[in-house]
Amino acid sequence: MSKIRVVIAKPGLDGHDRGAKVIARALRDAGMEVIYTGLRQTPEQIVAAALQEDADAIGLSILSGAHNHICPRVMELLREQGLDDVLVVVGGIIPDVDIPRLKEIGIKGVFLPGTPMQAIVDFIQGNVRTRQA
Amino acid sequence: MTSRPPSTASAPRERAARFQTISGREISRVYDAPSRADAPADPGVFPYTRGIHATGYRGKLWTMRQFAGFGTPEETNERYRHLLAAGGTGLSVAFDLPTLMGRDPSHPLSLGEVGKCGVSVVTLADMETLFAGIPLGDVTTSMTINSPAAMVFAMYLVVAEQQGVPWTALSGTIQNDILKEFIAQKEYIYPPRASMRLVTDTFAFCAREVPRWNSISVSGYHIREAGATAAQELAFTLRDGIEYVQYGVDAGLAVDDFAPRISFFFNAHSDFFEEIAKYRAARQVWATVMRDRFGAKSDRSWKLRFHAQTAGVSLTAQQPYNNVVRTALQALSAVLGGANSLHTNSLDEALALPTEDAATLALRTQQILAHETGVASVADPLGGSYFVEALTADLTREALDYIARIDAMGGMVAAIERGFPQREIAESAYRFQQAVERGEQVIVGVNDHIASDEPPVEILYIDDTATERQAERLESVKARRDQASVERALDGVRRAAAGTDNLMPPILDAVRAYATLGEMCDALREVWGEWEESVVI
Repeated sequence: MSKIRVVIAKPGLDGHDRGAKVIARALRDAGMEVIYTGLRQTPEQIVAAALQEDADAIGLSILSGAHNHICPRVMELLREQGLDDVLVVVGGIIPDVDIPRLKEIGIKGVFLPGTPMQAIVDFIQGNVRTRQA
Repeated sequence: MTSRPPSTASAPRERAARFQTISGREISRVYDAPSRADAPADPGVFPYTRGIHATGYRGKLWTMRQFAGFGTPEETNERYRHLLAAGGTGLSVAFDLPTLMGRDPSHPLSLGEVGKCGVSVVTLADMETLFAGIPLGDVTTSMTINSPAAMVFAMYLVVAEQQGVPWTALSGTIQNDILKEFIAQKEYIYPPRASMRLVTDTFAFCAREVPRWNSISVSGYHIREAGATAAQELAFTLRDGIEYVQYGVDAGLAVDDFAPRISFFFNAHSDFFEEIAKYRAARQVWATVMRDRFGAKSDRSWKLRFHAQTAGVSLTAQQPYNNVVRTALQALSAVLGGANSLHTNSLDEALALPTEDAATLALRTQQILAHETGVASVADPLGGSYFVEALTADLTREALDYIARIDAMGGMVAAIERGFPQREIAESAYRFQQAVERGEQVIVGVNDHIASDEPPVEILYIDDTATERQAERLESVKARRDQASVERALDGVRRAAAGTDNLMPPILDAVRAYATLGEMCDALREVWGEWEESVVI
């Protein structure tokens, strides 16, 4: 089976990248191919990276409260590009009241502070599209 | 300094094979008396291991300075008045991400970020509102702003002018620490060397015009939050301090003219004794560096003054009331370590910006420490503790080792350019997370002592109306300002940036013309370009 390919991205203006980097490493150690975009990526850049890298999953790290703006835009662009089957998960500081709306637009996993790395690894492995090798 | 060998086979059983601090430092079962030669000098005496004041907190308590800011300037102004009325003794401004990054609210990257993590300040008009009804001669204000520090500071200075307060009467701090942005927090705009020029220009300007202002707060806080160990936080922060002093001296400033206005900012993390030792080590290393490496003659240059903030990263979203306890203990370590000013985090900060009630409880925590525990009655209460003295010596040695390594790389700017501190921190962050994952590092409520059903706590929900309101305000400012003077002033900023004149005077002109922060920062972007880091994971 080929490796799961994951784009880890930090959208918005925030530079707190500890979580994004730690999870990037944990996914890599779990055998995935991880592409970390670096900081301050627009939704357009993130979707372009997913397209170019043939990503199976996208992990967005958002701590600043901008998720309600960034996530819908990412999902819309993915649909436009025909990348509906890419698994999208979000990690960060997300108020409980916002989670249902994120799920509604197609974000499959929302991971809050304190989530074990293994839980995120398992979730991605369990929910990613199956790839024909 | 002596520590005993690890337990032998005949020793009673212990809970674990090894005992470590949160930074991974191995700890002995018990520590013995240091030799007399290692006894530190008294409080108030060089190298100030035991504190910069002979009287400890007997003369003056630490400043209780709660960091706050959200939404529009009106909303934050209201919170400031509340904090001052509740007995806070200083202000500390949290700006939103567009402000920190020098972007106007209309910029595409500001999408969803206006007023979210702090207050939005776009032009002088916002600064006027932020401090409305707060006499700037009577409070001290700390502003957490780095890349655009010079512009935001200029706005504050013009508000003081308008209030009739002379600059010489102003007291406070701009964070202005760009090196830790490259290392940890990543809110940088320009390349390192151009950024350093902006910093040294503010040093020179403050020394001349605003003598009671701290022109920089060299910050380990964010370095620690990004995952550094206590020793790395200490070492990188002090080495950053050395870099700033070196740049100031290289720019032709006399060390004793600006070094006394350099302040520091450390994290108050969870490992109680290691933190106390860290502050003591910081003071003794800095005093020695300033005297011996830079030849500073004034004892004001030797004395390391610092603000501390409890560790945001230690707060848990699970069982948030536990955070009150964590914060109280962390704050106690900062006080026992001689912090000159302190921010205590609120219990809800792993979930959102704090509610007013949570922020008040955090302030009350400091007031209880100050007035009920007795810890402020004696200078350096843990001086002479075998353990604390041994840790102080260890941390000092480790900091000096790192400083020597970075010196060998050609200084901190060079080390940053090759990703050295960034890599060290990422490594420590991952190691810590693995220890948590394996259950070696217990976090109560997260990987042990988990509660199955937790009642939700009330959080401060910041809606998206700030974007619209700030956009409207900006339109009305733009309609009122004289466009030709704005253009002229921005040209002045560009010219100074391309040459060698101090940037503060043209920036002040641009502020007075109501140029936006984005316009001023763009003027410098045109001359200096922007920095993009090479990614290290």
